[in-house]
Amino acid sequence: MAALDRQGKLLINPGSSDARLARQKLGFSCLTLITLVTVIPILSVVIYILVKGLPAISWSFLTTFPYDGVKQGGIFPAIVGTFFLTLGTAIFSVPVGIGAAIYLSEYAPESRWTGIIRIAIINLAGIPSVVYGLFGLGMFVIFLKFGTSILAGSLTLSIMTLPVIISTAEEALRAVPQSFRVVSISVGATRWQTIRRIVLPQSLPGIITGVILGLERAAGETAPILFTAASFFLPRLPNSPLDPTMALPYHLFVISTQVPGMPVKIQYGTALVLIVFVLGMNLIATTIRSRARAHRQW
Amino acid sequence: MIKILIEHLNLQYSDGKESLRDINLEIPANEITVLFGPAGGGKSSLLRIFNRLNDLADVKLISGKVLLDDTDILDPMIDVISLRRRVGMVFARPVVLPMSIRSNLTYGLELAGEKREMKLDEAVERSLVQAALWEEVKDRLNEPAISLSGGQQQRLCLARSLVLKPEVILLDEPTSGLDPISTGKVETTLHELKQTYTIVLVPHSVQQAARVADFAGFFLQGELIEKGIGKELFINPKDKRTEDYIMGRFG
Repeated sequence: MAALDRQGKLLINPGSSDARLARQKLGFSCLTLITLVTVIPILSVVIYILVKGLPAISWSFLTTFPYDGVKQGGIFPAIVGTFFLTLGTAIFSVPVGIGAAIYLSEYAPESRWTGIIRIAIINLAGIPSVVYGLFGLGMFVIFLKFGTSILAGSLTLSIMTLPVIISTAEEALRAVPQSFRVVSISVGATRWQTIRRIVLPQSLPGIITGVILGLERAAGETAPILFTAASFFLPRLPNSPLDPTMALPYHLFVISTQVPGMPVKIQYGTALVLIVFVLGMNLIATTIRSRARAHRQW
Repeated sequence: MIKILIEHLNLQYSDGKESLRDINLEIPANEITVLFGPAGGGKSSLLRIFNRLNDLADVKLISGKVLLDDTDILDPMIDVISLRRRVGMVFARPVVLPMSIRSNLTYGLELAGEKREMKLDEAVERSLVQAALWEEVKDRLNEPAISLSGGQQQRLCLARSLVLKPEVILLDEPTSGLDPISTGKVETTLHELKQTYTIVLVPHSVQQAARVADFAGFFLQGELIEKGIGKELFINPKDKRTEDYIMGRFG
């Protein structure tokens, strides 16, 4: 608490100022410590994997097939597979997700119905990923007869990713000031012209950020592709969306738990590649967001 | 000559907030008509009927007749896009679109299908001259509109509605956020503009109403209490409530 002396001047440290100062210092130290405690595990995981995995990384590790029961060689097909699965997920979930967000933010009247849709979306985001995997198995692999394939895996990952994309995109659309819409309509724009020429360009960085964060989650997940897309070992790359594929998270799971005598170096090397893939996407998303904030005209 | 004719107009919003009751008013062409009164009286709602911006609001009931020349504004079948090009609007807070000064002006024209750069350039210059902003911005048309001062932004908003060559310009407390000098510039501009346009203004003060009104209507809680020639109404109001409001006894 600040206090005033008789002339009305502010007294910075009234009374027993030393004791107060000491207590404040103690408080700040505690908060700094707590913050460090949250950062240390994340940092140590990254550093540990970096140290253990870096020796495995080489050009041939990234570009060759594994051999000798995956105990030797590279992880090329797993990298390619994760790339295809992420791409497939993007193809399905991005248009549907952004479309749904535009509908919810720009067209749907506020009603009980849209309230239910929103609650459903939020709850979808909370479903464990293995449940999505089982759903994908029943729906895409068996019922729609896609088999264990990139297509089935991408669709399963899409359903898991959609809630993230819809809710972040809707938030980005809603952040565009309502006054822009009113002004645009008042100079003779239709609702769609307003969305296309004002609302979407202004919210695009936010939408892209949400899309990348959603896809990043898809790229790192194991459970949804476990029954729908992933294969333990394939001697060649998939050549159609209906082929199964190897994938980084699944490959990591397999070589960590299912292969006796697996070299530790390769395990950590694979983990490192996966982390770089995911953190790289995260970094891109963060960069887009901070750049857009700096250039925003409202 | 009457530009807008309003007969037995009733309006109710779903939330029951603001409404209009049995409004009868004739808005003369090429004059400044001022709609004034305390907040919540229905002035802004009436303005938003003239270019159907209240389509965006949750309207429960609307009845009566509003004619712009021969166009029935309330007819659900009319082309609201072309109506909004005929009836421009300037809002209380200057809202510039997040683009360059020039793009703010060409936006509406491009939506209307104008693509020829020469026509666009002409229109940009004409509207900025009319809004008394040309001299200040002619060398920086490609800068973001947000870099302008508040007063300049509001004149840009005025230019943005002028660029479409509307017949009527609606202004909803256009100077409420401006300093006296900027306010003076806007008011002077309005006086010149009425040669070409019909102007309907909701002023931000009684003083402004008295300064600029050729014709005026006093609104109180959704009713049009009194209307008349500007000078007469402010010097010699007939209704006690109008007089009390003008004298500052309430509001």
